Amino acid sequence: MTRLDGKVALITGATGGIGTATADLFAEEGARLVLTDRDGAALEELATRLASSGADVLPVRLDVSSAEDWSAAVEAVRERFGVLHVLVTLAGVVDWPGIEGTTEEGWDRVIAVNQKGTWLAMRAVMPLLRASGNGSVVTTSSVLGLVGSGAAAAYQASKGAVRLLTKTAAVEYATQGVRVNSVHPGVVATPMIQEILDEQGDQQPDIVRTPMRRAALPHEIAPAYLFLASDESSYVTGSELVVDGGLTAH
Amino acid sequence: MSEPHDGLEGAVALVTGASRGVGRATVAWLRARGARVVASDLRPEVRELAEPDAVACLVGDVADEETAVRSVALAGERFGRLDILVNNAGRTVNKPLTETTVRDWDGLMGVNARGAFLHAREAFRAMRARGEGGAIVNVGSYTCTVALPEGSAYSASKGALAQLTKVIALEGGPHGIRANVVAPGVVETDLLDDIRDDSRAYLRSFAGAHPLGRVAQPAEIAEVIGFLASPRSSFMTGAVVAADGGFTAA
Repeated sequence: MTRLDGKVALITGATGGIGTATADLFAEEGARLVLTDRDGAALEELATRLASSGADVLPVRLDVSSAEDWSAAVEAVRERFGVLHVLVTLAGVVDWPGIEGTTEEGWDRVIAVNQKGTWLAMRAVMPLLRASGNGSVVTTSSVLGLVGSGAAAAYQASKGAVRLLTKTAAVEYATQGVRVNSVHPGVVATPMIQEILDEQGDQQPDIVRTPMRRAALPHEIAPAYLFLASDESSYVTGSELVVDGGLTAH
Repeated sequence: MSEPHDGLEGAVALVTGASRGVGRATVAWLRARGARVVASDLRPEVRELAEPDAVACLVGDVADEETAVRSVALAGERFGRLDILVNNAGRTVNKPLTETTVRDWDGLMGVNARGAFLHAREAFRAMRARGEGGAIVNVGSYTCTVALPEGSAYSASKGALAQLTKVIALEGGPHGIRANVVAPGVVETDLLDDIRDDSRAYLRSFAGAHPLGRVAQPAEIAEVIGFLASPRSSFMTGAVVAADGGFTAA
């Protein structure tokens, strides 16, 4: 339970399904946490719960697509911990329409949060990660960053972008002590898509196409972030961890 | 450093090519977490790993059907089950296409592709019959996804291994049998000791080809294998996981 002992980790989108599971797991493994989210109330609730079980937590309300919010967040991290070893980007939004159904507003929002937000996060914290001498960035792409689905045009574009942003950052920072990798979840039973899963159950087409014939639980995704955040993955950079129950093995 | 969190206490693993390098590091990783191991290798030195009630050793050529049958049977006889297969045994040949002989090709495909197939088939049968799932981890190479000159047989064998892994994932999904492949870059092992006097220096000369600026140590690859073998990756199947210091990101 000490895989992240001595490390400070910042997690965006911390109150989401995978975010909460990841924050819980990182706390169990000894990390000090900077938790960010746009939803201030949910963030306070999560931070209070983790702190009551002994974790050292700094909650920072933050819109990942705002450069100003990032400046303030980094300042808060410097003040509280003075150091940062891990960045996990989990903040994300989804917009389901395809090419013709997607509105400019929908497109811009998804690209702003998922794509620009990932870059802004990296840009903001890289100085701290480099200074740590042993940094790790774990981004969130998706199976929809790997293959086409025929829908969710903006989401697919943003997740494909995150995949290659991750790889180029890996190459850029490889000799500066920061590893950068992406996680690609398949169907996960998070609040974001639970409604759809509830409606369609086992017949949901992506579940049918998943060789393991089920959605993942958030706590099955969190260990992928832990592995990439920890020193166990010391030779892994620019890599993609696909956690999809076999969906893209087809 | 026993870590019950990995959920491997009492699990039974078969590791091929176990006498040295990544295989030996994998056996050590599994033992540190309380797993029991059948260690197989062509080299009789594998017997050095034997531990009463914990490590059973077997000398054999992975390309022989009989070795696969005997190895899986040994796991059943000695430990009553098989939860994990690590297809690690591998060979390499570095020659231009025009110099590659049928003997080179058959020998290499026999170990790297047929050996993995035979062991996966036997392990799959045992895991399916027991009905509690299992994890198959194949040790590939960055040549699972990219090609190198003067490695026609090697790259072809690792490409075959990657596709084999995905098919096992598709067929194994409904049975809870997961299959993934680790794709390392250059690892400082004794793989080439038999064919070059300067093998370590030769391997280290590839450091610059990896963005991290160094080659991997066997223990770093064993960590990735261990992650894929453990319940921490319970929703991962059919994935190719690069552990190549950024080689394929660039």
